[in-house]
Amino acid sequence: MGSRTVNIGIENDKKAVTAMPSYVPSVPTSNPSTEANTIRSSRIPDLGTLEQSLGFRIEDAVDLTRNPLFNQIKSSTQAIADAQFGAINKTLASADNNLSAAIVGSQTLTLKKDTPPNLVSISAGRENWGDSNMADASPRTDISTDDTDEKNQTFERGQTNAIVASDSSDRSKDKTDQKTLRRLAQNREAARKSRLRKKAYVQQLESSRLKLTQLEQELQRARQQGIFISSSGDQSHSMSGNGALAFDVEYARWLEEHNRQINELRAAVNSHAGDTELRTIVDNVTAHFDDIFRLKGIAAKADVFHILSGMWKTPAERCFLWIGGFRSSELLKLLANQLEPLTEQQFMGFHNLQQSSQQAEDALSQGMEALQQSLAETLANGSPGPSGSSGNVANYMGQMAMAMGKLGTLEGFVRQADNLRQQTLQQMHRILTTRQSARALLAINDYFSRLRALSSLWLARPRE
Amino acid sequence: MDRVRDLASKKAAVIFTKSSCCMCYSIKTLFYELGASPAIHELDHDPSGRDMEWALRGLGCDPSVPAVFIGGRFIGSAKDVISLHVDGSLKQMLIDAKAIWF
Repeated sequence: MGSRTVNIGIENDKKAVTAMPSYVPSVPTSNPSTEANTIRSSRIPDLGTLEQSLGFRIEDAVDLTRNPLFNQIKSSTQAIADAQFGAINKTLASADNNLSAAIVGSQTLTLKKDTPPNLVSISAGRENWGDSNMADASPRTDISTDDTDEKNQTFERGQTNAIVASDSSDRSKDKTDQKTLRRLAQNREAARKSRLRKKAYVQQLESSRLKLTQLEQELQRARQQGIFISSSGDQSHSMSGNGALAFDVEYARWLEEHNRQINELRAAVNSHAGDTELRTIVDNVTAHFDDIFRLKGIAAKADVFHILSGMWKTPAERCFLWIGGFRSSELLKLLANQLEPLTEQQFMGFHNLQQSSQQAEDALSQGMEALQQSLAETLANGSPGPSGSSGNVANYMGQMAMAMGKLGTLEGFVRQADNLRQQTLQQMHRILTTRQSARALLAINDYFSRLRALSSLWLARPRE
Repeated sequence: MDRVRDLASKKAAVIFTKSSCCMCYSIKTLFYELGASPAIHELDHDPSGRDMEWALRGLGCDPSVPAVFIGGRFIGSAKDVISLHVDGSLKQMLIDAKAIWF
């Protein structure tokens, strides 16, 4: 029984390749293992032989329709199919195209939709099998390629058609069938190729996307390290082109170097280094301060409002912003108690310095206020001139020109504010000893570091 | 130039300004804070203003205003004034020129 049912469509010739799912090599209950092995490894060298053998066997199968045995055949093959469908899927997926072509074409096949009445039961049975095919196929669609699915369907179709064709037994329709076979094969081939192409394209997209993310990260890292990345190669040109961004980068780089120098200074102070060594480091730090003022000057020329906004500083620092930077008088106030002991001369000098910086700050602040007022007046003025439209336009343009001129003076204020800051620092170093200067620089750095840390905490605070 | 020199020598502290210049306003404020009462000459309200401006530029004053003279001597523009003020020199100069007493 088992061997007979399972042998449907199979030939005794070892060269044959089966067309039924049950003829899985691993099926233990059915075919002898030798035949199974043959099935797995063989191709279809001899179409004619197969044709004959299949035709012979299919005719047997047809006779079986009325045979009560067929139900047994059906159920057992179905069981085997259910059990072994996974294996056959793989087999089919890796099979040569010729295999399916041969299977389909093995019995002078036609793709007739209507089946002869005496095959109804078989078709019904076939459909059940088809259902089990599909049921098993659907979970596998995710894993395997569409190849397998299609092959299964084709395979299943091949079964029906094989039986249909055998009934008509028309060798006369060979030629058209051959053409159809070829067409089908080509279709399948084309579909398979397009699927492979799609896969390759998707993989390409994925790798490009990964590469893009990597490049973006590199760029970000490079920016942080202060490497100025610009589309134009010329440094001076690009500075004026995008002054804000360039300055932010420069400032970040400056700050990094400043921190490094401060750490060096701190190490020297803690290790009680000699005056000469301290002097060198202190001079370095002071000279480095000059660098940032120079950079700010260039940036103010390019984009004064960026400097005035303080967006290049952390939020907490921005709180204390005065004309694009820190207040010298605040700095001195901070240091007042930390520099003891001071000689009387030093004390006087320090006190005078505090006073001078305060006065200069007041003067510049009042100048800024006057500028604001003047600008507001310029823009607020109606047009007291002739009522003709051309007169109004001329007035408007005149107004704008004047306002533009006033805005231009902002750069001067930023420059003088920075000048004040720079001069204050230099004067402080003149008053203090080397060691006191070192301690002063460390104290200033501590203060601003805490301010920056406060900004970080503030930005990272949990919000409801 | 002569007019500039002439005006500069007339008083201990002389500042050349323009009415629209706000930095000039700052420097003026600073002098007042120090207790000085400098002579203020607005170039845009002077008939020979343009010549004077040209002369001031010739002295190296950039921008041309504010231009500060103490004891008839050209001191400089805003930048110089602030620098001198911070290190205490400005006050001393004013005392020396008798623009202020303490």
